Amino acid sequence: MNNPTNLLYSKSHEWVDFTSETTARIGLTDFAQNALGGIVFINLPEIGDTLEAGQSFGEVESVKAVSDIIAPISGTVETINEELLDSPERINEDANNAWLIEVSDIAEREELLDAAAYDSFCLENLNQ
Amino acid sequence: MEKKTPLYERHVACGGKIVPFAGYLLPVQYEDISKEHMAVRQNAGLFDVSHMGEVMFSGPDALASLNYLFTNDFTSMTDGRVRYSPLCNENGGIVDDMILYRFTQNHYMAVPNAANRQKAVDFITAHISGDVKVEDVSDSFAQLALQGPKSRNIMQKLAGAESVPEKYYTFVKNAQVAGVDCIVSRTGYTGEIGYELYCQPGDAESLWDALLEAGQDDGLIPCGLGARDTLRLEAAMPLYGHEMNDEISPLETALHFAVKMTKPDFVGKSAIEARGEPKIARVGLRVTGRGIVREDCPVYIDGEKIGMTTSGTFLPYLNGAYAMALVAITHTTPGTIVEADVRGRRVTAEIVPLPFYQCNY
Repeated sequence: MNNPTNLLYSKSHEWVDFTSETTARIGLTDFAQNALGGIVFINLPEIGDTLEAGQSFGEVESVKAVSDIIAPISGTVETINEELLDSPERINEDANNAWLIEVSDIAEREELLDAAAYDSFCLENLNQ
Repeated sequence: MEKKTPLYERHVACGGKIVPFAGYLLPVQYEDISKEHMAVRQNAGLFDVSHMGEVMFSGPDALASLNYLFTNDFTSMTDGRVRYSPLCNENGGIVDDMILYRFTQNHYMAVPNAANRQKAVDFITAHISGDVKVEDVSDSFAQLALQGPKSRNIMQKLAGAESVPEKYYTFVKNAQVAGVDCIVSRTGYTGEIGYELYCQPGDAESLWDALLEAGQDDGLIPCGLGARDTLRLEAAMPLYGHEMNDEISPLETALHFAVKMTKPDFVGKSAIEARGEPKIARVGLRVTGRGIVREDCPVYIDGEKIGMTTSGTFLPYLNGAYAMALVAITHTTPGTIVEADVRGRRVTAEIVPLPFYQCNY
């Protein structure tokens, strides 16, 4: 499992890269892309949308199924990675760098794990 | 408690992602559904379909019984032929769809869907009469499907010409493939040329191994249920529980080719007649907006609901999202623009003729 130590991780398999106290980039973890299989479609929010920690802000689809993407933090959507809209398979190729959105005004966070804790969490949940 | 097929250990060894399906543990995929799908379109794929049922009909009244039970007419079948038919209930809805093999005039084998096997056998036993024996022998068979343009080449490495059926929807009863006794038919659920092989459970692993080895240079890979579904959908083949169920009549879901209303009688005939001209029909949708339209999405034209999708996914060969839907017959013209409701969001699509993919069988 490829979980860089500079990122934090949610239990719903998103990573968070804090660029300051109140700004961050969010992506899907390597565990998530592996579990999903080939991603063929992604639905992202609009710039300016409000995120609520713990709520779905988008959807990612593989051939077989749809999955919600859960906001690990609250805030406002600053930018979206438009490239992913046409080439969602980039998430499979390099999940840790294929950021989905950049968020500002971060106030609340869900429980976030460091790389080691997330590694253990994934091992415990291999059947999910 | 789910059952294992005779090939379970092989699936685990090949890295299959095992899921419960119709009471069995089967691989939904090995490496990637799209990769397996493309292998079948370009080279060949090997599927474990042992979960399917096998039901024998034998006796002097076998033919008459089948003609009464099923909607299709089996009178003109000769030994070694296969024929597809829905099985209808008294309301004209579909109990299951099967293919039937004629061994002799008095001996046939039907292949029900795994999920419907018990329901179908119970229904048949309740409606059958005359000098005919019905026997569910599903546990005596394992079944493999070898599908794709390279499949004939692979078969020829392991079997003599007399063991490889030539024409579509024919079979060889006493075939020998890689030294294994089996029934081999030129049938399949992918839209490509291919074969379905029925063998004893104890021979399944050696047949599986022999096929994979012989097909290695042809690019043969094992394929799971996920690819089985995307392939059949791309070929616009119906799936029970989606395009058919016990309320939908075969004439409403593009199966009129398998319904012979000229037969004196069959189960459901009068109910189908009483329904009159079908008011709904099955159409294909090519998604033109953003999103993937799956099953059970309402379909709208100008805000008016005209039907529901029955299946849908991202199709790897056609490289786009497609769906099948049952809609009002007044709105079935190819080119018609519709909207599907996908979890609250409207996604545009265009009605296109079926099949989506030009089948090669």
